[in-house]
Amino acid sequence: MPPRSCEVCNTARAQILRPKNHARICAPCFISIFESEIASTITSAQLFHPGERIAIGASGGKDSTVLASVLKTLNDRLHWNLDLVLLSVDEGITGYRDHSLEAVKRHSAQYGLPLKIVSYADLYGWSMDQVVAQIGKKGNCTYCGVFRRQALDRGAAMLGVGHVVTGHNADDASETILMNLLRGDLPRLSRSTNIVTSTPSQAKRKGGEGQVTFTDVKRSKPLMYAYEKEIVMYAHYKKLDYFSTECIYSPEAFRGSARTLIKNLERIRPESILDIIQSGIDMAKLVPDAEGNRKGAGDDQASTRAPRPEDEPNEGGCGSSNSQSAGSEMAEMEAKLTQDSRAEETGTETEITLPIKPTPHTLQPHAHQPTPSGPPNAVLTLDPKAQNHDRHTHTHTHTHTHPTTTTLPLRTIQTQTNPANKPAPPKQRLGHCTRCGYLSSQSICKACMLLEGLNKARPRTGIEV
Amino acid sequence: MEKTANPITLQVEFTTDTKGQPSNVAFLTTWLCDHLMKDPRKEMFVLEGSVRPGVLVLINDADWELEGEEKYELQSGDEIVFVSTLHGG
Ligand SMILES: [Zn+2]
Ligand SMILES: [Zn+2]
Repeated sequence: MPPRSCEVCNTARAQILRPKNHARICAPCFISIFESEIASTITSAQLFHPGERIAIGASGGKDSTVLASVLKTLNDRLHWNLDLVLLSVDEGITGYRDHSLEAVKRHSAQYGLPLKIVSYADLYGWSMDQVVAQIGKKGNCTYCGVFRRQALDRGAAMLGVGHVVTGHNADDASETILMNLLRGDLPRLSRSTNIVTSTPSQAKRKGGEGQVTFTDVKRSKPLMYAYEKEIVMYAHYKKLDYFSTECIYSPEAFRGSARTLIKNLERIRPESILDIIQSGIDMAKLVPDAEGNRKGAGDDQASTRAPRPEDEPNEGGCGSSNSQSAGSEMAEMEAKLTQDSRAEETGTETEITLPIKPTPHTLQPHAHQPTPSGPPNAVLTLDPKAQNHDRHTHTHTHTHTHPTTTTLPLRTIQTQTNPANKPAPPKQRLGHCTRCGYLSSQSICKACMLLEGLNKARPRTGIEV
Repeated sequence: MEKTANPITLQVEFTTDTKGQPSNVAFLTTWLCDHLMKDPRKEMFVLEGSVRPGVLVLINDADWELEGEEKYELQSGDEIVFVSTLHGG
């Protein structure tokens, strides 16, 4: 095969076949296009505002390393004046995280970005090595995922940073969409298409920077449309130094299968990855107001508080982490928690039928604003159990065949009044954990539940790692 | 813990396979799997006789998809790099 020249500059040798459009381009053109595509993702979704303090969730792996490098490059080049810091979570996995943290420390020095490390041992009193010694390898990803979710938020709060960006890429996004499709979980599928996965409440902005509480941290995924292949190619051509090995604890089988399927599809038809994301976005439009947190909604969407459960999948750094290890003891515990909360809510939940606009109108980021003047004690929500894998709630999502009406549960919350007369953001019934204060739809958050189980058993077994 | 380096970089020094045929990338990967790979999880590298999807291959610093993939015939001095994308990020 004769060497072909780059389709962009027409001079250098083509070195990469772009998966999204089959363009054959040289490495320098690729680097420049890759960076400008990330920049355009950031600006078109209005992910950042000038001068914003942003913590980069840094694992030392390829995705977060490329994210840190690209953000640093763009920030310097385009004068965004972002205040970037690296934030790492030390799960306490000997032979894995200790090595990857060395890479993060080198990045901190190379990029001139401050680094904050928060550890499970400090936050929870348990390292993952200790957790695994206690519970075995099965289901430990659940613990890791639940703990990581909070750890990043707590770390950000310690830094006074209200926005954490993570290195989730297009392959991760399509994998998560596919998994949720295969589970029939449309609410989660819908949320997984968002580039901003959670946004701070109105209260936070009043507090201003430097007074961030750990329940008010925005999350976003600037690499959501970047192919994993191109991320690795970028790291290769830029000679980025990243840590590459798998977590030594077993990944979840279902996610692994979804990943394999995605990779097989990519080889046959690389566009599939972005097409799955686009399909997910289109399907999300069919989910009636499960959340206001839509793609591109950005900062100024007041209704984005709702989908902030602690159990959002794929929010961690290890790719295999999530709280949905089917068939594990955790799933049983979740089911029990869900049942309890269902019982507790009986009597406050009524089925009503309400008209909704034809879907195209509800898709605009600002088209579906909350009604600030609504009665403070009546909030229309999606059933929170829809976020908790309760099969029964799927009846709600099966009602979309009718084009203009849908059935949603109406919940009246008698006890909760709106503090400080602020406009009430529509939200699922999301309170705070009575033990640690983290956002939770249960009175005790998942991390605290898990810790309770661990701590109960601790005196018997002791810790030997 | 058995660790496999990632990426793996190889410098080609031979040009014919055991039957005297010119060796291509498919031959190289099978050979690596049989002779050099110590990690027992060979399926992370080669699956059903070909390079596992998700493992990127660079031939002289270019995407192997531009070079004929597994059919690319190795020449002395070629540099072949295998990079797995299957690790967490
Ligand atoms: Zn070029
Ligand atoms: Zn808690």
